Amino acid sequence: MKLGRVVGTVVSTINAPAFDERTLLLCDLLDPDGRPTGGYTIAVDTVGAGAGETVLLLDEGNSARQVLSAPGAPIRTLVVGIVDAVEEEPAPQAQPGGPA
Amino acid sequence: MQLARVTGTVVATVKAPGLEGVKLLVIQPLDRSLKPAGGQLVAADAIHMAGPGELVYFVAAREAAQAMPDPFVPVDHAIVGIVDALTVAPEVEP
Repeated sequence: MKLGRVVGTVVSTINAPAFDERTLLLCDLLDPDGRPTGGYTIAVDTVGAGAGETVLLLDEGNSARQVLSAPGAPIRTLVVGIVDAVEEEPAPQAQPGGPA
Repeated sequence: MQLARVTGTVVATVKAPGLEGVKLLVIQPLDRSLKPAGGQLVAADAIHMAGPGELVYFVAAREAAQAMPDPFVPVDHAIVGIVDALTVAPEVEP
């Protein structure tokens, strides 16, 4: 899964039937520190996320279709969570006298 | 899924089985500011409504074939929607 930030919505009336009644969110991709990586994706919302929120993106087709109970849908990327916090262990420091 | 602009059409009479009747369009993938990003692609039109000049979104990989009536076709990019409006919240503009 990936981290993203919702930056907007995509509105579409002419689309594949699997997208009827679904909300599409435009999401910037983030690194774990919350900085944009430069990439973006359009994802189907499953949690009611809104603009500005940091979200968890599922980017795998079989999982996405299982979550939506939509076998055969041409959908790969979903917003599956709203992120409250990301904590990272500090990078391990080389110990003096220890292995390099 | 990514955004793209349709830039042309592809006509091919000799095609792999399964591609008969599939409309092929040339698309230019875009970044979210609608500037071209990367090279042009040939994509199948899964909605039968897209045409040159239109802003669309497309899926790649296995999901592209899933968008077609027969999901076992040699298609790796498919247009699955025409964009009516793209709203980007002002506070998160790049």
